[in-house]
Amino acid sequence: MKRHLNLSSRASAKGVAVSVFALSVFFVLPLCLCAQKNSCVECHLGLEDTLKTPAEGFAADVHKQFGLGCQDCHGGNPAQEDVELAKDRTFKGSPERAKIPEFCGSCHSNSEYMRHYNPNLRVDQLALYWTSRHGQLLKKGDTHGAVCIDCHGVHGIQPANFPKSQVFPWNIPQTCGRCHSNADTMKAYGIPVHQVDDYKQSVHARALFEKKDLSAPVCNDCHGNHGAAPPEVTSIAFVCRQCHASAGDLFSKSPHKEAFDSLGMSECEACHGNHKILPPSDEMLAGGKNDICLQCHDTGTEPHQTGSKIKKEIDDFVTSSEAAGTLLASAERKGVEVSEARFKLQDANTALVLARNLTHGLSLAEIEASLGEGAKTLAEVKVRGEAALREAKFRRSRLVIATVFILLLAVALYLKIRDLKRPPTRPE
Amino acid sequence: MASLWEKTQAYLEPRFELSAILDFAKKKKVPEHKLSFWYFFGGICLFLFVIQLLTGILLLLYYTPSVDAAHESVQFIMSQVRFGWLVRSVHSWTANILVGVIFIHMFSTFFLKAYRPPRELTWITGFFLLILFLAFGFSGYLLPWNELSFFATRVGTDIAGVIPFVGKAFKTFILGGPEVSGATLTRFFWLHVAVLPAFALLIMGVHVILVQTLGMSKPIGVGETKEISFFPDFILKDSLGWLIILAVVGAVCVFLPWEAGPKADPFASTPLGIRPEWYFTFMFTTLKLVPAHIFTIEGEMLAIMGFMLGGLVVMLVPFLDRRAAREKKSPVFTAIGLAILLYIIIMTALTYLAPNIGK
Repeated sequence: MKRHLNLSSRASAKGVAVSVFALSVFFVLPLCLCAQKNSCVECHLGLEDTLKTPAEGFAADVHKQFGLGCQDCHGGNPAQEDVELAKDRTFKGSPERAKIPEFCGSCHSNSEYMRHYNPNLRVDQLALYWTSRHGQLLKKGDTHGAVCIDCHGVHGIQPANFPKSQVFPWNIPQTCGRCHSNADTMKAYGIPVHQVDDYKQSVHARALFEKKDLSAPVCNDCHGNHGAAPPEVTSIAFVCRQCHASAGDLFSKSPHKEAFDSLGMSECEACHGNHKILPPSDEMLAGGKNDICLQCHDTGTEPHQTGSKIKKEIDDFVTSSEAAGTLLASAERKGVEVSEARFKLQDANTALVLARNLTHGLSLAEIEASLGEGAKTLAEVKVRGEAALREAKFRRSRLVIATVFILLLAVALYLKIRDLKRPPTRPE
Repeated sequence: MASLWEKTQAYLEPRFELSAILDFAKKKKVPEHKLSFWYFFGGICLFLFVIQLLTGILLLLYYTPSVDAAHESVQFIMSQVRFGWLVRSVHSWTANILVGVIFIHMFSTFFLKAYRPPRELTWITGFFLLILFLAFGFSGYLLPWNELSFFATRVGTDIAGVIPFVGKAFKTFILGGPEVSGATLTRFFWLHVAVLPAFALLIMGVHVILVQTLGMSKPIGVGETKEISFFPDFILKDSLGWLIILAVVGAVCVFLPWEAGPKADPFASTPLGIRPEWYFTFMFTTLKLVPAHIFTIEGEMLAIMGFMLGGLVVMLVPFLDRRAAREKKSPVFTAIGLAILLYIIIMTALTYLAPNIGK
């Protein structure tokens, strides 16, 4: 009897548990869903054009991924279904264009707030922005200058390291070009509009777009991003030196440094240009097809003659290097393994790269010394290449001898086999 | 006065009974008919195997089976060792020619129905030799540790991992871990120079003894034919074939030496156009073409099971082809053989003519 009671009480306890679970499923879950309801998105998705776009874009927005909602920027109460009730006293609506930097900065400049989401993210963007040419225009009341949303987008903002982001390296030229390639927009500021087109022809753009090298510079690497401004003549060299430190050091030690400073000329840009920085070539040296020395030095002058000597040294080395390469390629085509000689040729060409860099220092002696080291290696490559060709010849000649020997043996065998087929002659 | 040759013979005769072997070879007859040309492929296989053995032994002098030194040692053989390029090229080229000739030998034997009793075991040992030489090819391909072989081995062992029930364990065993690594190179080397040669010599010994004792099979329908003696007539004809092969191999090695290729980089992304050695490509392309799922079963697994089943049928064909066993023509098995041959040719051709097929 006791056991029976125990069983029935156990059963009733089980029943209570099931009931509680069912209640929680039918009542608590819908409440939870209600709490997550966003009437802003629901309502705007039913609207058209510009009123629908924010709701659509926000689905992929980085802010949404961090749990932020419409109300965090625009205020209001997304839990309310009624439009009037949703737009309560806290509702801010869309900020005016002039107020956007402060609007975004209210969170992004607050290190305590940003720490919750991304402690590594900088919080000086707004301060930098006010130092930028864009920010200064805005300060003067010109709202045509770029604000946060022009570069980052509005709803649907992606992190900068996301390839689809407007500020991901390979999208930046297009992002900046939206304004800076627009003649109508730029007309008022007297700024040319060919920079992006020029950049696309540059060695930097080739590295970025063809080799997918994300470390290649784009607009913001030279001009800054939030503090974007054109570099001054004196600062261009420092900008280039961020990556081209060695060339910069050599230039600083060269006689050009003092002359450029006294004339107020920019350093690197004077020879290489700015946005359209083409791959450097030996033809830029004195006497070449694109002789840039002529910009300042006439033909026949001592500096130009020195430049011509440098070019001749480099040209001679290039000719020898190409000849050695042809020699190795010929040996390779003939089936001889020349990988070691190829490594040597690479070593020799490293000396050429060094010499080309040394042209920034204008020291003929240093260039000759570097090329001299390379020439020794080239001579070794030539010896190996010639040995490889002799080896190819040796292989072919020995193949002919071996094949003739094998064929003779084969003919002898054939004759023997034919002989075996003949019936034996009867002894007379 | 007895010559040196006679003295040597006199010494060896009581010890090895060479005259008995010679008498056997002279008495042994080989049928000669319009299809006897196909008999020579077995001898060519043997000749190529001997070349493999000799060149392999020479390569062992300089080859180092470790990740840090394998590729470097092969490059050293190719560029620094006197005639190293020739030894390695001969080894690699003859390995490929050997697999091709084994296929020819197997299919010619199949179509001539030479597997009929009492030669069932000759066929089965031959089938095992085919598998062994495919394993030789697969294991040897990785040893130079170059880019192509590294990634092809990765693809090949991934395929092995799909084998039902034992696949994963088998893959881990042959790789010596979850990935192609130094342990894999050591295992493949062990397999290539110790395990496989031991089994190959043993099975080849049985195969050759069976061929010698049972003699050459005459195709069904070929009645009384002329016969030639095994020694010297047949051996001399065989030697003529060997000499021609030798001349071809020499020319190929001089004009197209086997390349060492760039060293494998396990961290690099798989280069485009990776495929196994040509004799595995028919399976490789099949796996590319097979749908992901066939009746809820994984397509790749089904294809591999199909190959295994196909292999089993080919191996057991002497017991399945009952008509041939009764000396009657068996067109059904000829048709099956033709279908298999056509399938292999088409799939292999597709691999090279339509490399992007199935992607």
